[in-house]
Amino acid sequence: MRSADGAVRAHYEPLVKWLEQMPPERVEAKRREADLLFHRVGITFAVYGDEQGAERLIPFDTIPRILDKAEWETISRGLRQRVNALNRFLHDIYHGQEILKAGVIPAEQVLTNDAFQVAMLGLDLPNQVYSHISGIDLIRHSDGQYYVLEDNLRTPSGVSYMLENRKMMMRLFPELFARQRVFPVEHYAGLLLDTLRAAAPERVRDPVVAVLTPGQHNSAYFEHAFLAQQMGVELVEGADLYVKDGTLYMRTTSGRQRVDVIYRRIDDAFLDPLAFRQDSLLGVPGLLSVYRAGNIGLANAIGTGVADDKSTYPYVPDMIRFYLGEEPLLANVPTWQCKRADDLAHVLDNLAELVVKEVQGSGGYGMLIGPTATKAELEAFRARLIANPANYIAQPTLSLSTCPTFVEAGIAPRHVDLRPFVLSGKNVRMVPGGLTRVALKEGSLVVNSSQGGGTKDTWVVE
Amino acid sequence: MLSRVADKIFWMSRQMERAENMARILGVTANLVLFGTAENQRQNLLAPLTITGTEESYFEHHEELTLAGLIEFLALDESNPSSIYSCIKWAREDAHAVRWQITSEMWETLNATWIEMRNLRGRLVPADGATEFFDWVKDRSHLFRGVTYGTIVRGEAFDFSRVGTHLERADNTARILDVKYHILLPSVEDVGGALDYYQWAALLRSVSAFETYRALYKDQIFPIKVAELLILERRMPRSLAACLDQIAEAMNRIQGNQDHAAKRLTGQLHARMVHADVQEIFAGGLHEWLTESLAEVNELGTRIQRAYLGAV
Repeated sequence: MRSADGAVRAHYEPLVKWLEQMPPERVEAKRREADLLFHRVGITFAVYGDEQGAERLIPFDTIPRILDKAEWETISRGLRQRVNALNRFLHDIYHGQEILKAGVIPAEQVLTNDAFQVAMLGLDLPNQVYSHISGIDLIRHSDGQYYVLEDNLRTPSGVSYMLENRKMMMRLFPELFARQRVFPVEHYAGLLLDTLRAAAPERVRDPVVAVLTPGQHNSAYFEHAFLAQQMGVELVEGADLYVKDGTLYMRTTSGRQRVDVIYRRIDDAFLDPLAFRQDSLLGVPGLLSVYRAGNIGLANAIGTGVADDKSTYPYVPDMIRFYLGEEPLLANVPTWQCKRADDLAHVLDNLAELVVKEVQGSGGYGMLIGPTATKAELEAFRARLIANPANYIAQPTLSLSTCPTFVEAGIAPRHVDLRPFVLSGKNVRMVPGGLTRVALKEGSLVVNSSQGGGTKDTWVVE
Repeated sequence: MLSRVADKIFWMSRQMERAENMARILGVTANLVLFGTAENQRQNLLAPLTITGTEESYFEHHEELTLAGLIEFLALDESNPSSIYSCIKWAREDAHAVRWQITSEMWETLNATWIEMRNLRGRLVPADGATEFFDWVKDRSHLFRGVTYGTIVRGEAFDFSRVGTHLERADNTARILDVKYHILLPSVEDVGGALDYYQWAALLRSVSAFETYRALYKDQIFPIKVAELLILERRMPRSLAACLDQIAEAMNRIQGNQDHAAKRLTGQLHARMVHADVQEIFAGGLHEWLTESLAEVNELGTRIQRAYLGAV
């Protein structure tokens, strides 16, 4: 909210004034109302490892996070550039592999990567788009600049919270929206449907889209159901689909119906038991063969993980230069790759100041935050690092920007990040803003919902 | 509509109806044991197990046949798949899986029922007869059906829900009649003694037909009229004929690809219930007629699963 000199940034002023005027009881009452509404609607997520299969509410904070229009325009140009380069990269590594030949990225970084899918070699996709839905995590550093923390090109989630948070804010505080013009986000579902239809095989006139979910026990089931409903398409599970004569069908009460595009929210490994994990009950036998024959679109494509891997991340600025001939508009966070001996030595020497992450990790699992870790945790992590250095990268502990947030003791600053959702179809589009995640514990830098993070509505204002 | 979704809606409705029927049977049983002689006490207690086909499974877990044991087993036991507890649990699970295809009121009703069921289970004392609990189950089932009727869009979801409800209800009415037929049969022409009166009254009450009998026949309780009411009376919403009316109407709206077998049997069963003659039924044997009807109701369920709901 504040710039480095501590002054409230101009676009936050109306909110700050409004907060000062509001009696605390009224704010508290609104906060309880929001809780109740979320519970009733059942906007919950399941937590892995919770044996009760309990559903928790992601804490929603009623104070919005605000970006001004100029700031957002810079970010969105940077996102467009980055996602374009990542899609060019994916097309390239599954075709001519020019970037490897040019020596910009070491071949083994790509070819020996677990997420690299041989099945995708030589396959041409509509519009050459691989990552149709990209979630790019950004943070604002104390220098006022936005940095990319990580790219999510597999099945990024959270957009339903972005949409529900806005709906909730408009319901709770209509007067706030009268004070400032806030750019709308509600048209996301329409853009998403449009993007998915653009992923259909080119000869299909009126493509049928379906959302493929692992089922109701998945942590993001709410979002899968929500998006299917918002787009007006079927929400299917693996068992609803089958392959016959090179075509994908769903089983309906009036017989089979052809499906042209699958917005899949399950991982590559579970998509097709004939091609990937044989024990997968979530996928559809034969799906890959239909895909390879060009008879369905998959969003996102198979094998995008090789581009969002944390060990690939350090090369993204070079990709932008290589494919687009441009300088990156959004910077990376400096990253040490532990597979390099020099980098590993540096990381081991400075472990207590760094954040160390698994290259394939997500959701805030399996990471070390040096400054807050205990001695024992540091030593345990050190051992793991030495045993398998290639599995880790390290970054400096950044001072994420903070935003005023309701906590037990009242309103206090808490660290936030930002995940905008970038849609790539015939062209690249996004709605202004994204999902703001907030670390609710004082001083905490981990914003993941699975680790006790919350969310806020995100405003882009004139 | 996706077959899986239709299947969940069908079973969600069936399970809720099954919970209600179980509550009705147990409620009446709890009432009957108050009047019973030592000799028919056991018969009365056995009836709910016979109706649900769970006699064997009961005695695997219980040595003695008592009302408390019965209620524990048929109402609360989570390892018994046809207990009220299990039915409500499954109804809620099914609803959870399709909560975006049903109305939020339907989902919230079933979810609230399940949450309350879990709370009630710890507090319930089976030995007390649990009448209040059975009334609660009936109330929740009425509520769910009313919410469904009042909120769901008229289309396949509505139709499959109705088919599920009425198939389960027809099954239940036929079973209740069949298990109690021995009290109806020996004395078709007999007005009956005091004990029989309670038995018949209990039978009628278990399907909410006691007042209806009085209103329609304005007469004493004659066994043959009880059978007529529960089988043929289309104005009585739990009679076999009324259930088949509902099923036939819903099936008529559902358009499938390969559903000839299901539709044919619907028509046959409908005609069988609506055009039956109660004298003929008794002449050929009520038990035989009911056994055959039950088999056909089950066969219809199977054919519906096969035609629309993705069962192979």
